[in-house]
Amino acid sequence: MNVIETSALGRRYGSTWALRDCTMAIPVGHVAALVGPNGAGKTTFLNLAVGLSAPTAGTVTVLGGEPAGSPAALDGIAFVAQDAPLYKNLSAADMLRLTSSLNLRFDNDYARERLGELGIPLKRKAGKLSGGQQAQLALTLALARRPRLLVLDEPLANLDPLARHDFMATVMAAAAEDGMSVVLSSHVLTELERVADYLILVSGGRVQVAGEVDDLLATHRVLTGPAAEADLMGQQQAVVHARRAEAQAHLLVRTSTPGDPVPPGWESHPVSLEEVVLAYLRQPGAATLPGPARTRTSEPTEVSR
Amino acid sequence: MTILNAPAPSRPGTSTRPVPWRRLAWVSWRQYRFSAAGAAVFLGVVAAYLLIVGLRVRSGYASLGSCHLTESHISQTCTTALMLFGGYHVWGETTAAFMLAVPVLVGVFAGAPVLGRELEAGTFRFAWTQGAGRTRWTLARLAVPAVAVTAAAAALSQLFGWFYYPFFAFPADSAFAPQYFELTGIAFAAWTLAAFAIGGLAGVLVRKVVPAIAAAMAAWAGLLLVTILYLRPHYEAALTAHGSGGAPGKSPWVIHQWWVGPNGQAITSENKIIQLINRPQRGYTQWTIYQPEARYWHFQFIEAGWLLVLSLLLIAGTIWVVRRRAA
Repeated sequence: MNVIETSALGRRYGSTWALRDCTMAIPVGHVAALVGPNGAGKTTFLNLAVGLSAPTAGTVTVLGGEPAGSPAALDGIAFVAQDAPLYKNLSAADMLRLTSSLNLRFDNDYARERLGELGIPLKRKAGKLSGGQQAQLALTLALARRPRLLVLDEPLANLDPLARHDFMATVMAAAAEDGMSVVLSSHVLTELERVADYLILVSGGRVQVAGEVDDLLATHRVLTGPAAEADLMGQQQAVVHARRAEAQAHLLVRTSTPGDPVPPGWESHPVSLEEVVLAYLRQPGAATLPGPARTRTSEPTEVSR
Repeated sequence: MTILNAPAPSRPGTSTRPVPWRRLAWVSWRQYRFSAAGAAVFLGVVAAYLLIVGLRVRSGYASLGSCHLTESHISQTCTTALMLFGGYHVWGETTAAFMLAVPVLVGVFAGAPVLGRELEAGTFRFAWTQGAGRTRWTLARLAVPAVAVTAAAAALSQLFGWFYYPFFAFPADSAFAPQYFELTGIAFAAWTLAAFAIGGLAGVLVRKVVPAIAAAMAAWAGLLLVTILYLRPHYEAALTAHGSGGAPGKSPWVIHQWWVGPNGQAITSENKIIQLINRPQRGYTQWTIYQPEARYWHFQFIEAGWLLVLSLLLIAGTIWVVRRRAA
């Protein structure tokens, strides 16, 4: 089952395509990171997936075929938007009651326990909480809905490093506990390697890379060798990004199989997720990796809203 | 992760059973508590004022009871009572002018923030992604305050009717006249509901509270003006009367009145008209286009009826925009 599946999905604002021709599938059971530069279409993609906006072109289904924004989709997906919008004049306790009233399921005990652990006073107004506490409150409200999919839009953007760590720890614990899938967008690359096991890289409104992090790391490596041979190497290997010094060249290449032999005279180094991401971000034209096959070949029904 | 192959646990309530209205109504009430308290204080002050002044007006009116105002000679006591009551009348007129602002103040200030504030603050991203769905949420958010402001306005207009009743005993102050028609009967509540509905739609279209309030106030005032000038006179065909004693019947709504001389010429000189009113002359006729007082309630129902339909359409339009609105 795929938690989000899109087919030729596009969204246009005025004459600008914020997201274009996006076909991908995010399988269930992952913490998937949506990465890309500002304006790449991350927020647009997430808004489409949670049903906040409707596609201009193509289709998007969630939770194994439910149209985005349908009652079943809304019921099963919890979304924390960028900057964690809350009603600033309501207390944390009121936000709990409000969210519980707006949903069929709400784990009130879990929510109160979590806020207690975090030291967030129930009587304090949401607007009076610190940025980190507001983010945690919004996350707690989302998790207490016991969603099958948690969608987070730039959850770490305004948090200090400690708050980032605590926030992601909460997410990871919840995901491990009850098999919830997570899709989050971020440009904080260093945090991702620790938490994400699935990566989608969007740039310029298109999907550039999609796949499991382990696969990506296994099929990418840095080859270091004489700069003179770099061009030749470029013809033989799928070079994502090349960095040349005086005598040496560092080529980040994609291999078809993990165990590809290293060409003579060259050295192979493993790559970090951050290096792979940066390499693709620097080369928006680099080849797109195919993600997992979409589960359905028939055209999904038009999202009607 | 090891959970890859674990089947998603079956959860209760994953069917499309909707979130109950009762809970949505609670949400609406919770988010309105402060505005509702503010509106209640405002309306309470207005009501207290009407009550206190109304009681004095009534006692003044009672002391007029024994006076025969049509007699040419009026006793000293009656002259004093009449002057006192005249002073109240100025007060009453000022109150009536102020009352005209109440529907638009209450309605627009309650209506525009419903969606305007959500869109302005970005909290719609929270509200519209909850299990209840945005359509039911919007309906609940609009319906609760709509009913509340309409009921409050209906109560206030009853109080105003009681307050102003003594003045309506004089032919000059007809409840049918444009400045009183929308303050009495059921029109006041209907105009308040319309102000709320206009405010609600303005909020979702403008997406900012303050400009939405300004736009909604302008739209409401324009609608009232168009109604008084062009719509209301035509709810029923106006009657025409001629003679020298003004419009027939008690307290009609005089739409147009003019004098015609012996040769069929219209009299435009104001001095001449005043002269004619005081002492009718042969050959001069006063023509009046008017709506008789008996039609007052008929007109009230027509106006309240179309305002109600308009308000429901505006609320439906607001929900339509919400459903279509993309983040």
